[in-house]
This record gives sequence, C-alpha cells and structure tokens, in this order.
Amino acid sequence: MLSLSHYLILSAMLFSISIVGIFLNRKNLIVLLMAIELMLLSVNINFVAFSHYLNDPAGQLIVFFIMAVAAAEAAIGLAILVALFRSISSIHVDDLDSLKG
Amino acid sequence: MLKNFVMPDFYPAAPEIFLLTMACVILMVDVFLGRSKRWITSALTIVTLIGCALITYLTMDGQVVLTFNNMFVDDLLADFLKLLVYLAVIVVVIYSRDYLVARQLDKGEFYVLVLFATLGMMVMISASHFLTLYLGLELMSLSLYALVAIDRNSSRATEAAMKYFILGSLASGLLLYGMSMVYGATGTLEIGGVAQALHLGVANKTVLVFGLVFVVSGIAFKLGAVPFHMWVPDVYHGAPTPITLLIASAPKLAAFAMAMRILVYGLFELAEHWQSMLMIMAVLSIALGNLAAIAQTNIKRMLAYSAIAHMGFMLLALMSGVVGPDRHYALNAYSSAMYYAVAYVIMSLASFGMVLLLSRAGYEAEHLEDFKGLNQRSPWFAAVMMVTMLSMAGVPFFVGFFAKFSVLIAAIDAGYIAVAVFAVLFSLIGAFYYLRVIKLMYFDAPVDAAPIVASLDMRFMLSLNGIAIALFGLFPNALMSLCTYALLRSL
Repeated sequence: MLSLSHYLILSAMLFSISIVGIFLNRKNLIVLLMAIELMLLSVNINFVAFSHYLNDPAGQLIVFFIMAVAAAEAAIGLAILVALFRSISSIHVDDLDSLKG
Repeated sequence: MLKNFVMPDFYPAAPEIFLLTMACVILMVDVFLGRSKRWITSALTIVTLIGCALITYLTMDGQVVLTFNNMFVDDLLADFLKLLVYLAVIVVVIYSRDYLVARQLDKGEFYVLVLFATLGMMVMISASHFLTLYLGLELMSLSLYALVAIDRNSSRATEAAMKYFILGSLASGLLLYGMSMVYGATGTLEIGGVAQALHLGVANKTVLVFGLVFVVSGIAFKLGAVPFHMWVPDVYHGAPTPITLLIASAPKLAAFAMAMRILVYGLFELAEHWQSMLMIMAVLSIALGNLAAIAQTNIKRMLAYSAIAHMGFMLLALMSGVVGPDRHYALNAYSSAMYYAVAYVIMSLASFGMVLLLSRAGYEAEHLEDFKGLNQRSPWFAAVMMVTMLSMAGVPFFVGFFAKFSVLIAAIDAGYIAVAVFAVLFSLIGAFYYLRVIKLMYFDAPVDAAPIVASLDMRFMLSLNGIAIALFGLFPNALMSLCTYALLRSL
C-alpha cells in the first residue's frame, strides 16, 4: 500500500531534479524549459496526493489551473526562445552573457 | 453539489471585469487602426484605467467583502493599492509613448499586455485564496515576460526576457511548492482558513515551516531581494526603458500586497519563523544593493541595484511588525512598509521617466555620462532629477526620507537596533551614487548638447511627479495616515 509520504517523496525528488536542472545545466535552454515543466508537475503530484489524503477536492481543482498556466508559460517561453534564436543564432545557456556590469 | 450553486456577487470585482472587457475591446479596435491612428489605442488605455479608478473609488465603502467562495476580497487595502496601480500605469503609458513611437514599438500589443499585466496585479492585490493569488501572479508575470521581449530585434531585450522568464517561472514553482505544503498541513487553500487552522493549532508545524521556506523564497524572488535578486539588474538593463519603468513601479505594490496577504493575513502564527528569514534577506539586500550600485556606469543597472536596496528596507519594515503584545507597533510597521512601497513607486517612476525623457530616436540615454551637464540643457528637469535622487538617498524633506525614517522607527520599536544602525550606515554609503548623478548634472560639461524633445503631456507629468516627491516629503502625514487607515480597516 502506498502512503502519503511515498507521493511526497516522489514529488520532492522530482522537484529537486528540476531545481538541479535549472542551476547546473549550462548547455541547452530547451532543457531549462523542461525543468520548469517538471517542477510544476511535481507540485501537481503534491496537490493531488494531499487532496486525496485530506478528502478535499480543492487540491485537485488547483491542479487543472496549474496545468493551464503551465501550457501558457511553455508557449511564452518557446516564443521568447524563438526570438532569441533569431537574434543570437544559439540556444546555448553560456551565450546569454551580453548583459553584465 | 451543483444544485447548491449560488451565483457569486460580481459587484466587488467590477473594476477587474471592466478592465478585462476593455482590454478585449482595445485588442479589437487596434486591429482596425492604422499606424497614424495609434494614439487612439493609447488614449483608450488611459480612459480604461481612469474608468477603473472611478469604479474602484465609487464602490469603496471600507467594508471587507468576500466573494467567489471566499476567493476574492475587496477591502480598503485592496482599493487603495489598486488606485495607486492605476495611477502608476497611467504614468507609465504617458511616459512611454514618445519612446515607443520613435522605435516603432507602439503596437497594440503593448497596450493590451500592459492592461493584462494590470489586471494580474489587481487580482493579486484582491486575492484571498492561493489559487487567485497564483493566477493573478502568473497573469502579471506572463504579460511582463512578453513585454520585455516586445522589441524582437534587440538581442539584449530577448536575452533579458529569457532570463526573466526562467527565474520568474522558478519563483512561481517555489511559491507553488510552498503553497502545496501549506495546503497539506492546514487542509485549506483559503488564506483566512489557513490563519484559522494555525490559530486552532490543528496544523502540522514541521510541514508548515518547510512550506513556509518555499513561500518566502517565492515572494523574495518577486520582490527582487537578495539572494533571489539575480534577475533584477539584467532585466532592468536589457528591457526597453518603458518596460523597465513598468516593472520597477506597479508590480512592487502587487508584490507588497502578496507579501501582506500570505505572511501577515495567512501565516501570522509562524511569524517567528518568517521574521528571521526576512531579516537575513533585508540585511543582505540593503548591503549588496548599495555596494553594487556604486560600481555601475549604466543608470538603469544602477537603479536596479538601488531597487534591491529599497526592497530590503521594505522587508525590514514588514518583519518589524510582529512579536510583542501591542498591536499598535504592528500597525505602524505595516503602514511604514506600505508607505515605503508607495514612495518607492513614485521615485522610480520619476527616475526612469528622466531616462525616457533624455532618450530619442536611435539614442538611449542610459549611461551616467548622458546626464552630464543636464543643468545647462534644462535646469527644470535637472532639478526634477536632483529631487528624485535626493529623495532616493533619503535626504530630509523629500518623500524617501520619511519612508526610510518611519521604517527605522518601526525597526527600533521592535527592538532591532543593530539592524537599524546597519541600514543607516549602508544608506550613507548608498548616498554616494545618488549624489554622483547630481554632481554630473550640475558640475560637468554636457557631452550631448542636443535639445530635449518631449511631448507636452510627458513634460507636464514628469514635472508633477517631481513636485509630488517634494510635496509628499513636506506633508508626509497625509499619505501615512491614508496607509494606516487602509490597513486598520482591512486587518
């Protein structure tokens, strides 16, 4: 039988992977977008697990909103990525270095 | 369930509904307008915001009204902050027009995105549920990401947009993770319900404190406090100046409302935990902001670091409001935090307004040298910039002085004397880079002798802005008592 803590540990692991993916990734911007998606999904697992455990539908409701917002966020992120690729012809994280001071 | 459905009361959300409708109307109208008639879009935007202000003002009754199943709250704090947001956005639209027209960026999308960002801020300010808070925050942030990238041909702007997007999404993720933990511990997503569960002591403290860490990091990201400040200088520097002006003004009010709603209204019982976190962030922000600003040669970047320092001061006021049986001190501290946020918005509007005033087609006045000899080119606007810089430095009898003064009084009342002394020392260090701008304007020969071209309404608004900084400094009590009253009626 799976208990609440199993779900929480899974979501904490996914969350940590996504944080590590954002901070340690020095290669590809697409990977960063994937890490952000993963982070939102790990939060969703948390909400659904708590919702089931507390017998309260509000937690499942917020998941739908998070998924809708995540879709909008991915659209904006990819749009910015396309604009960026057009101007610097690269999606390498290390190439984002023109702003310094 | 469905048979119990009751139509919610839409009345408290009337300004939001009006703004949403008008944003859609403007989107349609703009499609049928040619480039030469683009002023209509800008005028409609201002009319919309004035309409919202009228609705908010006329429906203001000082009662705390909850609607949409306790998801949305209309209280005096919300009304007051919303009126300030409209004002800030109107000023942004007026300041930006010449700049945008000169660079052919005055597309309809700009105005519509500005309105949607405003709507997001309004929802954030009125949120009394984690869901509405999150949706408002995302509506604001997504519009701002798109606005930063509105100049698609500029590699600097798109790079800034990418950095803003990644770090902003990370912040939303952290905030959401924290919210999910708070939900798990208390069993509710309503901010009032969370406070109640905490008060009754039915919540699991360990899970709550774990969640609190993430919630506080999310809030700090949005405010731009150290150690979550990395995006601030790059975004302020890279974004087109009108967008920097927008990001530096109205969202700070919304972020203040978010901090108040979550930390003070919701998680007040955990104050001893978030207080120490806010203290570390406040001290680091004041130190790093003031030190790093000295090294900057780009004025937008310098103002970004100064924004970090100012947010540190606001956090200092927020954390001074707790502990101690006397509610009087708490009220004083929160109203000084609010006063600080309002004062900062007025000052940052004026400072970025000056950068916009000196820019013209094909020329960005974003380096400190561009301010050299401004007194010889335009004594009046040199005076406006001087008033703004003195006010930001905290020189007496400008609005910034009383903001800093009331924050320091609140910190000393709460017993943080060492922190207050530290903040004063770093403000003194910070005065150096503000005074350097004044020295450049008055004692150096101009590098760029071209006459200043700006429309009449921009000159008028910027002058008013400068006068407001001086007037609120001479009569600080009017604004202060408004802040106190709004908070008193909403607690």
